[in-house]
Amino acid sequence: MSTQTDSQTKLAAYAHPERLVSTKWLAEHLGDDNLVVLESNEDVLLYDTGHIPGARKLDWHLDLNDQLSRDYVDGERFAQVMGERGIGRETTVVIYGDKSNWWATYALWVMTLFGHEDVRILDGGRAKWLAEGREMTTEIPDVDPADYPVIERDDSVIRAFKQDVVEHLGQPMVDVRSPGEFSGELLSMPDYPQEGAMRGGHIPGAKSVPWGRAANEDGTFKTRAELEELYQQEQGLAPSDDVVAYCRIGERSSHTWFVLTHLLGFEKVRNYDGSWTEWGNSVGVPVER
Amino acid sequence: MAQFAASDRTDDLPEAMAELAGEFHALAERDRLQLLLELANDLPDLPERYAGRLDEMEKVDECQSPVFLAVEVDPEGERAVHLHLSAPPEAPTTRGFAGILHESLDGLPAEEVLAVPDEAPFRFGLAEAVSPLRMRGMVGMLGRIKRQVRAHISIDERQ
Repeated sequence: MSTQTDSQTKLAAYAHPERLVSTKWLAEHLGDDNLVVLESNEDVLLYDTGHIPGARKLDWHLDLNDQLSRDYVDGERFAQVMGERGIGRETTVVIYGDKSNWWATYALWVMTLFGHEDVRILDGGRAKWLAEGREMTTEIPDVDPADYPVIERDDSVIRAFKQDVVEHLGQPMVDVRSPGEFSGELLSMPDYPQEGAMRGGHIPGAKSVPWGRAANEDGTFKTRAELEELYQQEQGLAPSDDVVAYCRIGERSSHTWFVLTHLLGFEKVRNYDGSWTEWGNSVGVPVER
Repeated sequence: MAQFAASDRTDDLPEAMAELAGEFHALAERDRLQLLLELANDLPDLPERYAGRLDEMEKVDECQSPVFLAVEVDPEGERAVHLHLSAPPEAPTTRGFAGILHESLDGLPAEEVLAVPDEAPFRFGLAEAVSPLRMRGMVGMLGRIKRQVRAHISIDERQ
């Protein structure tokens, strides 16, 4: 790995500390060769209101999702999206975003489907950078396009499809939605559109661990000890477990997937991105309330 | 929700809305986002009677960010519609959608607001720039505005 990792003590305790950088580290490394910063938000315009100098915008709707099928972009489109942002296969990528990095972890997860090796999250995301009064700009950087190879997406390791979940029933599963969605009282998180699924409830056997429990108020991740307390002691999950995480469309569960995989070192975690909008509409699958 | 297709037709839109749609269409995709951002920044603050009283306004559930709206209709004359919309600065797209509707519809006679086609949000060339799925937020806002206008009128008629 050509770009140095962040040696901050809190980060060093995580299973894979090289997957995170602090705001201080990023401020010191902005402009480094072979480092590209991406901003990935829920709101497509937020980047344009101001971003970290040099950061490039990556939009989950337009850049990562296929506009027709409910799936991710293919290798050719992904190569184009990366190349346009000056990212090559060996580039170190740091992603940050709004809402405690939901969309940043989602982007990291999608980049992992394509096997991009060095991709990291800015701990605390956009909110922490702003709260610390660090520099922001509205200037769109001039980017020298890079050559990114066409890689075939590998969905077999960290992604679960509906049939995989059917076969997984009875094994560890984490539902990261709000308690009201888990109980079936709400079909989407509070304050979000109440639409998208015919049935409310959860996949039988899933444990309810709302994603936000892994984050602090300032958007940073909780410490390793706190996360172990939550997922291992409280919920009884073990790092050797085969775990499936899901939410409503797969973005909040990317946050939990990141926590379990990279911060706690769980060996086999899959994100079920079809999530409740698929399960709650599917014919013949069990629902529990 | 019905699926609407993008269109650049403007002849059946109220004048201010047709003008704004024309402005969007004259721009390249990237510049459309800048115009949307300007509209977000220009969204007027709530009048004092609504400030801090969001619970008395209608929440637009179709939007991914908290958006509240209140509609007032003049009791007499051409029954002009007055729109009050609130969305947080961390949700500039949603604020921009609110800005488009405010700029296009505020002050129009009730009849003209009710005649706005339900798929009007797809007439601004924004579906390509922000993705069609996000447009349902604006469709939701427009639907709720029209429903509130209708409610005001029917109450008036009963009196």
